[in-house]
Amino acid sequence: MKFSRKTAAFAAVLAGVLVAGTACGGSDDENASGGDITLTVDTFGAFGYEELFTQYEAAHPGIKIEHRNEKEHEKVYVPKLLQYLETGSGAGDVVALEEGVLTSLRGQADKFIDFNGYGGAELEANFIKWKYDLGKSLDGKSLMALGTDVGGLAMCYRTDLFEKAGLPTERDEVSKLWPTWADYSATGAKFQDKVADTKFVDGPAALYNAILSQEAPKNGNYTYFDNAGAYVADKNPAVKTAFDTVNGLKDLSAGLKAFTPEWQTGFKKDSFATMACPAWMLGVIKENSGDAYAGKWDVASVPGGGGNWGGSYLAVPKQSEHPKEAAELAEFLTSPESQIAAFKAVNALPTSPQALADPQVADAKNDYFNDAPVGKIFAAGASTLQPVQLGVENVSVRTVFEDILIAIGQGQLSAGEGWTKAIEDGRKKSE
Amino acid sequence: MKQNRPLARAATWFDLKAAPYFLVSPYFILFAIFGLFPLGFTVWVSLHDWELAGDREWIGLQNYTDLVLDPDFWNSVVNTLGMFVMATVPQLLLALMLANALNKRMRFRLLFRLGVLVPMVTSIVAVAVVFGQLFARDYGAFNWLLGTDGLDWKAEKLTSWTAISVMVDWRWAGYNALIYLAAMQAIPRDLYEAASIDGASSRRQFWQITIPMLKPAIIFTTLTSTIGGLSLFTEPVMFAQGDVGGGSLGQFQTIAMYMYEMAFREREYGYASAVAWMLFLLIVLVSLVSFLFTRRIGGTK
Repeated sequence: MKFSRKTAAFAAVLAGVLVAGTACGGSDDENASGGDITLTVDTFGAFGYEELFTQYEAAHPGIKIEHRNEKEHEKVYVPKLLQYLETGSGAGDVVALEEGVLTSLRGQADKFIDFNGYGGAELEANFIKWKYDLGKSLDGKSLMALGTDVGGLAMCYRTDLFEKAGLPTERDEVSKLWPTWADYSATGAKFQDKVADTKFVDGPAALYNAILSQEAPKNGNYTYFDNAGAYVADKNPAVKTAFDTVNGLKDLSAGLKAFTPEWQTGFKKDSFATMACPAWMLGVIKENSGDAYAGKWDVASVPGGGGNWGGSYLAVPKQSEHPKEAAELAEFLTSPESQIAAFKAVNALPTSPQALADPQVADAKNDYFNDAPVGKIFAAGASTLQPVQLGVENVSVRTVFEDILIAIGQGQLSAGEGWTKAIEDGRKKSE
Repeated sequence: MKQNRPLARAATWFDLKAAPYFLVSPYFILFAIFGLFPLGFTVWVSLHDWELAGDREWIGLQNYTDLVLDPDFWNSVVNTLGMFVMATVPQLLLALMLANALNKRMRFRLLFRLGVLVPMVTSIVAVAVVFGQLFARDYGAFNWLLGTDGLDWKAEKLTSWTAISVMVDWRWAGYNALIYLAAMQAIPRDLYEAASIDGASSRRQFWQITIPMLKPAIIFTTLTSTIGGLSLFTEPVMFAQGDVGGGSLGQFQTIAMYMYEMAFREREYGYASAVAWMLFLLIVLVSLVSFLFTRRIGGTK
């Protein structure tokens, strides 16, 4: 009897401990000691902020910066961020928002601090006007995010493979090969005749988004959703043109889905010779190709004229415990000087007119890309770029169109079936 | 001593009546917090038009009625059931054969018995990398071995299901084999001796003695495989290299992936909760069917 009483008491204590343990699992964090503040910064892909953080910490004693970076944007970073916003905890003090994601959150400005309360209005001159305006909430009252970069377009190509195919390799000559997408297609056919093992282009996604961002300004500056937010993918000629152009290039395409491991392997296996590259893509190409391919890539102009694809913002979630310090950090990171530093680090094209005009950007060359004058190629057109109006459900609908283009490439659907399905599935996602 | 009597009585009462509840309480308390509450909360969420990090509005059963008419949902149901049958049946047969082989006298028996557990303890990331390479369209090892140059395993339902079933079997066959092996060890040896004296072949012994005696283990593994197979998520997501869309047209999107896509890509938290409950009902239904089916095993008619 004695034994069992002891056991019972022990079990009761154990149960109590377990309950107590679960009840106060999420206790206070390490903020108690002194005046030290840790600011967490959430980014995805490559923002080029490492040196800026060191610099900021040195200039602001008592502030420590913790950087959390996710390589994968749509599948990892965005779902996590949405969970943090839903539950009201876990988000960084400063979070990076891709343009499409920001657009979908503009109706929820109450989840982010208003930079106007921290001197945001005085920063207007630091940004291209539309970039600044897009950072405001839907009602225009709150300045919820500050721009970091914009996505000017170019066409990246492999000089060694072009040489193999008997095509010119010098970037101005290459640019002259493809004033239009039809010329690009004709060049691709020539390339494919000579080089059988390598496809001319990586896959449908980059091409499609590039062409869509070129066509949108010709058709009211919107894509799947008009300015009132209505789903117009079936009526907007921009979408149809981009869709058809990409399908026309199907035989030249390796059919790889962007940002998958197979696509990443493709860089090292010479799977493709060209790819549409917004400014930020240069960092991605370099990272995936590695040192062995230094100097083999080069940057020419994109067929069909300039366009704007992508670009990001920084925002401070309301759940941050140090909104003032976080806002100051975000303002520092989006300042013209910081934008220049980020451009040098990862080729993120500045959204500040001062930074774009700065010789460090305008005259910049990229040694990995065969000393291409990236400043001239990207920065020259950047200030004239048009904003493309994205709907709240833009990311979902875009994913539908990209997936269906892949399916057509896999031979699962004809182009006609694919178009009908894309329109219908897109409509469903937009509801 | 007299004064202590009520205390002693209370202690005895505690021992007899209350102690068992204290002993089992840790599990049930934890279950209530991490099991029951989320379950109930999911019902609550599923009755709303609940947008993740957005607005929420009571809509009653609307999510469920929408779901029944949603072709993408039914596509994921078909995929899940298809992969379940394709993976589970060969997996359990394989496990049975494996267990039977491991039950025999052989050299390095312990080594082999532990060996079947290796796939289970392998890091999922490593598995993803290896299988991604094996089933890759370009430069994939299986395409090279089979001579199917450039076959895109992800492009069609049947090929993608095959690839995923191979992954599932690779990971779980050893686990089930160990359970069968444990059950086989518990079968009295004199049954086999008696059968041998009667002149029964070893094949006959397997079907007439081993299988009927394994019935409880077979029922257990069938049920766990049913639950695991219907909530299949990790393997197809790894196969799609992290994408929950399950291929360009959802060729191998399972119900669990559809649920994740709805919640975290479409941000339809309420709708995803409805999917979760439909999945729960489906698991209950299929488990019941597999239970009734396996109960008939072993000729105890």
